[in-house]
Amino acid sequence: MGNQEHFRVWRGDDETGDFVDYDVEVNEGEVVLDIIHRIQATQAPDLAVRWNCKAGKCGSCSAEINGRPRLLCMTRMSTLPPGEPIVVTPMRTFPVIRDLVTDVSFNYEKAREVRAFVPPEGVAPGDYRMQQVDVERSQEFRKCIECFLCQDTCHVLRDHEENKPAFAGPRFLMRVAELDMHPLDAAAEQGLNRKEAAQDEHGLGFCNITKCCSEVCPEHIKITDNALIPLKERVVDLKFDPLIRRKKRARRA
Amino acid sequence: MTEIEQLSYDVIVIGAGGAGLRAAIEAREQGKKTAIISKSLFGKAHTVMAEGGCAASMGNVNDKDNWMVHFGDTMRGGKFLNNWRMAELHAKEAPDRVWELETYGAVFDRTPDGKISQRNFGGHTYPRLAHVGDRTGLELIRTLQQKIVSLQQEDFAATGDYEARIKVFAECTVTDLTKDGDRISGALAYWRESGRHLVFEAPAIILATGGIGKSFKVTSNSWEYTGDGHALALRAGASLINMEFIQFHPTGMVWPPSVKGILVTESVRGDGGVLTNSEGKRFMFDYIPDVFKAQYATTEEEADRWYTDADNNRRPPELLPRDEVARAINSEVKAGRGTPHGGVYLDVSSRLKAEVIIKKLPSMHHQFKELADVDITKEPMEVGPTCHYVMGGVEVDPDTGAASVDGLFAAGECSGGMHGSNRLGGNSLSDLLVFGRRAGAGAAAYVDSLGSQRPAISDDDVQVAARRSVAAFGDGGQEGSENPYTLHQELQQTMNDLVGIIRKEEEIQEALDKLEGLKARGEQVVVEGHRQFNPGWHLALDLRNMLLVSECVAKAAILRTESRGGHTRDDYPTMDAEWRHVLLVCTLNADGTIDVERQEQIPVRNDLLDLFESDELGKYFTTAELGGRI
Repeated sequence: MGNQEHFRVWRGDDETGDFVDYDVEVNEGEVVLDIIHRIQATQAPDLAVRWNCKAGKCGSCSAEINGRPRLLCMTRMSTLPPGEPIVVTPMRTFPVIRDLVTDVSFNYEKAREVRAFVPPEGVAPGDYRMQQVDVERSQEFRKCIECFLCQDTCHVLRDHEENKPAFAGPRFLMRVAELDMHPLDAAAEQGLNRKEAAQDEHGLGFCNITKCCSEVCPEHIKITDNALIPLKERVVDLKFDPLIRRKKRARRA
Repeated sequence: MTEIEQLSYDVIVIGAGGAGLRAAIEAREQGKKTAIISKSLFGKAHTVMAEGGCAASMGNVNDKDNWMVHFGDTMRGGKFLNNWRMAELHAKEAPDRVWELETYGAVFDRTPDGKISQRNFGGHTYPRLAHVGDRTGLELIRTLQQKIVSLQQEDFAATGDYEARIKVFAECTVTDLTKDGDRISGALAYWRESGRHLVFEAPAIILATGGIGKSFKVTSNSWEYTGDGHALALRAGASLINMEFIQFHPTGMVWPPSVKGILVTESVRGDGGVLTNSEGKRFMFDYIPDVFKAQYATTEEEADRWYTDADNNRRPPELLPRDEVARAINSEVKAGRGTPHGGVYLDVSSRLKAEVIIKKLPSMHHQFKELADVDITKEPMEVGPTCHYVMGGVEVDPDTGAASVDGLFAAGECSGGMHGSNRLGGNSLSDLLVFGRRAGAGAAAYVDSLGSQRPAISDDDVQVAARRSVAAFGDGGQEGSENPYTLHQELQQTMNDLVGIIRKEEEIQEALDKLEGLKARGEQVVVEGHRQFNPGWHLALDLRNMLLVSECVAKAAILRTESRGGHTRDDYPTMDAEWRHVLLVCTLNADGTIDVERQEQIPVRNDLLDLFESDELGKYFTTAELGGRI
């Protein structure tokens, strides 16, 4: 059957805590979440871990394995260096509730600040027409499972608590990009410029495109290349396009 | 006892999957102050696991489709045991519910003329499933989640408070419902994070808690599927129907062991994938039952032609309803023609080009690559049946979702009737939209009907419920010290082995005996640690629900002496028309045991029967029921 592996799991809450060592059996084909569950069932029944689907679809079991932001359910034991201790810690960017469970409410607050899809006026349900090629960009971003690993790894948030109020993070800037690229979003008709909002309300300027978010995305969404950089380019067009500037001045007048 | 935080709402929705969110949207849009209570974070519900699509007869790909064809397919799939009124409402309203999602911002895959694309699926006559690749459930949950956010943004603009009219209580578990006389008065819950209790006073409660799959060892369901709504309804005095019907999805992963049961979408077959045994044979041609002979191809040539010319060829038998395919796979493995890991092969690599597979089935490609080291564009998958869905649930009024207790409503998987003895793929997402909305409207109308005569919550009830919820910490006078994890594993093994895909009387009886023992031991569960985010405690509470629901499944299964849909009896292998018009109804006795009674179905309305050929009806109905028709 299985072999023994050495796990170091962070236990504690937002104030105190420490690593606890567990020697635990590991079988062929297992993922890190299986091992955490085995520790729960046999050695530490109160070990807190958040998980749901165990199939990489819900994005609940985000944590850090040997310092790397990962989904516990999609990290196979066979991909980790054999014979070395496996260190499992909670996501560092968010406050710890207990053990591996963090308080991710920051993300839900940021989600609420992005103005929702604005349905086009005069187009009845059932009459929406969009070409596949035109929806593919938005669809790529809608693959997001909201695991918040991109938010966890983004150094603007990870290393600078003070940025949190002003910066929505890659996940929600991508949401702005998704809506901005939606062929039927009618935000503009209601006087909402999503590009301006990205820059002025959601802190797009903080992002200096180091692509860390794209690297950790379990859905392999090209967050930086396909969402953030195009959004930045559109903002630049907006700010420096003389025609747009003149129109804006005229509207203000 | 310490003071318990008390909140007041018009409508409480328990569960934040598709049905719960759609119900909450409706209640809020009808002006009701609404709370959504969810065991998980907002947007993580089991609905995200739905892959293939959402069935609605929009006719975008084949314009012959309409609600009547969809209704017929649904009834056939459920072997005519369905609540016909629910099947009718579902088929009629599904297109509107899908189109409505586009106004919330959903982005479905498109047809060349820019409409919502629709794909083929088991049991559906025409391409009918609106989809986004193979992640349709994620699209649905995110769309509904974002619609709720947009309602909160409206409320913020109007009141300065996002949560003035609709609030999500995430990672919060309801342990008991309370009543004022015969009417629902509220619910007791606790925050999973802190273990602190809170009380919701509300005249209307909508159960939308999903299924019960976690009572089985091999399942595609997440940990949340512990039959909470089913058990809350029973304890509140409501009835459950059809609990013997459990859907085993034919294609779950079988290897590696740790992922056994994870779903492999039916879209693989809908898009051209075939099932073969260890001898390389496409065995499904040997398993076409008489009732479906007219609709399914008998040769590989005809089956393959169907993908490009569906009007002039019959469907491949890989696309039979799920119960048929699951039983066939089970038989092949039992006959020694299985794969090394005890499944059969599902192959799409020899049927479609690699780039088409990656485009149409991205999640499956990803899932097999990451979890099993299998590249599905190059080699076949190994698959076998996995516990997927419970057709049974709370007995409801089709039009309003009202249960038999005043103020209690149910929608989605935790309600019963819509799917009869077997659900067609794609009919779940449409079910939860149609009946989520109806339950939201039903609850709102009920609240309106009360006027100022609202039920009041009793402090005594709250204290009793609160004490019961923390009994597992050892202040409940336990003698032993049972570990909830061990009990859960034993329950899963029992249900899997003895009340699983193929059943017989002796085995179900053995399960009932074991369940009795587990129930007694369940009283002795003791959990370690404190109340803050304690998974052992959470499981102990879930276990109580799972045991109750498992008893319903086993007790109904032993009584139904026939085989139909998601209930296969080795000792009664045929379908019996005398059982079609009978429902088994489960209620909870005062002593904590489950009572099961027979109840006659309401006869199908004549104009709905007219939609079928009398030859076909003769296969399901008794001569007496059909009267002058045959």
